[in-house]
Amino acid sequence: MSTISTSPRRSPLQGSLKERRLPRWTPVATVAGAVALAVVLGVVFDITSHLQWGLMAAIFFVAGQYLLARQVEGPRQAKNGLVSSLVWVAFLLALLPLFGLLYYTISKGASVINGTFLTHSMNLISPNQVGGGLYHALIATLEQVGIATLVATPLGVLTAVYLVEYGNGGPLAKAVSFFVDVMTGVPSIVAGLFILTFWIVILNQPYTGFAGSLALMILMLPVVVRSTEEMLKLVPNELREASLALGVPKWLTILRVVLPTAIGGITTGVMLAIARIIGETAPILMLVFGTDVINTNPFKDPQSSLPLYVYQQYAAGTDASQARAWGAALVLIALVMLLNLVARGIARWKAPKASR
Amino acid sequence: MAKRIDVSGLNAYYGSFRAVEDISMTVEPRSVTAFIGPSGCGKSTFLRTLNRMHEVVPGARVEGKVMLDNEDLYGNGIDPVAVRRTIGMVFQRPNPFPTMSIKENVAAGLKLNGVRNKKLVDEAVERSLKGANLWNEVKDRLDRPGAGLSGGQQQRLCIARAIAVEPQVLLMDEPCSALDPISTLAIEDLIGELKEQFTIVIVTHNMQQAARVSDRTAFFNLSAVGQPGRLIEIDATEKIFSNPSVQATEDYISGRFG
Repeated sequence: MSTISTSPRRSPLQGSLKERRLPRWTPVATVAGAVALAVVLGVVFDITSHLQWGLMAAIFFVAGQYLLARQVEGPRQAKNGLVSSLVWVAFLLALLPLFGLLYYTISKGASVINGTFLTHSMNLISPNQVGGGLYHALIATLEQVGIATLVATPLGVLTAVYLVEYGNGGPLAKAVSFFVDVMTGVPSIVAGLFILTFWIVILNQPYTGFAGSLALMILMLPVVVRSTEEMLKLVPNELREASLALGVPKWLTILRVVLPTAIGGITTGVMLAIARIIGETAPILMLVFGTDVINTNPFKDPQSSLPLYVYQQYAAGTDASQARAWGAALVLIALVMLLNLVARGIARWKAPKASR
Repeated sequence: MAKRIDVSGLNAYYGSFRAVEDISMTVEPRSVTAFIGPSGCGKSTFLRTLNRMHEVVPGARVEGKVMLDNEDLYGNGIDPVAVRRTIGMVFQRPNPFPTMSIKENVAAGLKLNGVRNKKLVDEAVERSLKGANLWNEVKDRLDRPGAGLSGGQQQRLCIARAIAVEPQVLLMDEPCSALDPISTLAIEDLIGELKEQFTIVIVTHNMQQAARVSDRTAFFNLSAVGQPGRLIEIDATEKIFSNPSVQATEDYISGRFG
């Protein structure tokens, strides 16, 4: 001990605890400088694409942060700053397509949305006529997705319960898990072809909304199973044991202790699965057939659907129909957003009460 | 209410690994029996065989006899769910149900087993919370979540939950190891009161605690890591801590272990 304290040699890691730091507003200043530099260069070299201006600004920002920190704060802080600024740039780049998509859809679609658009069908409206609406498609989408959800949710949740609570990693559980993985990767058009062959060609059933629901169900099922499985795995084993030790049977333990604890996550998973299938076009195109009139019965005669409506209106190619396509796309996005908000609400409401 | 447990020739396995070897002992009714011994010697595993919680772990199985008065818990036609209603358990870490309020937590055992009578449930909740010395602290906030209590309160909530179904025997697996000394004292006092009514078995790493709360003490040991745990001796607590019959016990409780 005394040898250490009296040693004149200094450890290479020892030094002053104080270090020179850049002022807190530096990143803001760097951003401003980088943008200004990019604008100047863009104007001087006559670069027309604003995307390139943005990319230049991003590169200047990252490089500027690094060099500045290296000069003032030293190499370790400079590396820290480099990674931080790269993360910020990546974050902004990731947001760009999202906001771009929202911006275009709203700017092109908002103008056609009004009471008539939401409450009328396309019956007797020709593509180049203004007017008409998506009521028939909206109703059909809600019905088809609703049926698929009603069937796929209990099936998927029960499958996940089997995998987590009863399978014990046995051969059957492994097989089920493997096929769920395979199903997750099935392209929607394959699901559509399967139902087309099985339901319409072999069983000789008509083209209906229900046929589309069957395909959507196939697409939804693996997503529900996977997310529910992950949520059930998160439920601490101690809770199951506490319940079993009270003399509660296993099925009741799962029903009253395990599922309520995981219900928030399961709901979110189901909502994400709905968001995945609500925009599917391929199976709908093959199985639901499409129509311009209102058909509220998913079990009889062709229906329409929002994605199909977008496709048809866009393909028609007139100004009026393309505006309707954007409007329908906006309604579809709003619907998915609404579902997500509902899911978050349910998740927050049902989540285990935190200590307060 | 309280019942005697007679264990003979009990082996417990996890898959092909034998965790506990050839244990025979008697747990007296209306008394506290403490299990002490080093980590990994099979105390908790053995405890869990007493109310058939051991087999909840995948691949785990038990050989031998556990007689509760005159009934073999591992005999033919015995329902493990009924066994667990008779022999309750408190775990090392407090584990109140996070989705339930304080009251629902205590009532969980009754409600999930089909007791619908609201008055009966309310009475049981009050009696159990009083029994667990928690009533005065929570009586004004029975509808608040159980997870909002402090660690010591949560553990007493779990004890209240366990005694609400009126078991014959209460098994406690290191109930104080996650608690501070004051909460520990509260639980030890509680154990002293509960033994008037229940047969209590407690696993503990704290030898002072075993000496304080128990009437009889069992010492478990294992010859080497990977070897099964064995019961070395069981005797009156004063005898174990003053004049044990086996040298290994004396070495362990006096700290000259190994």
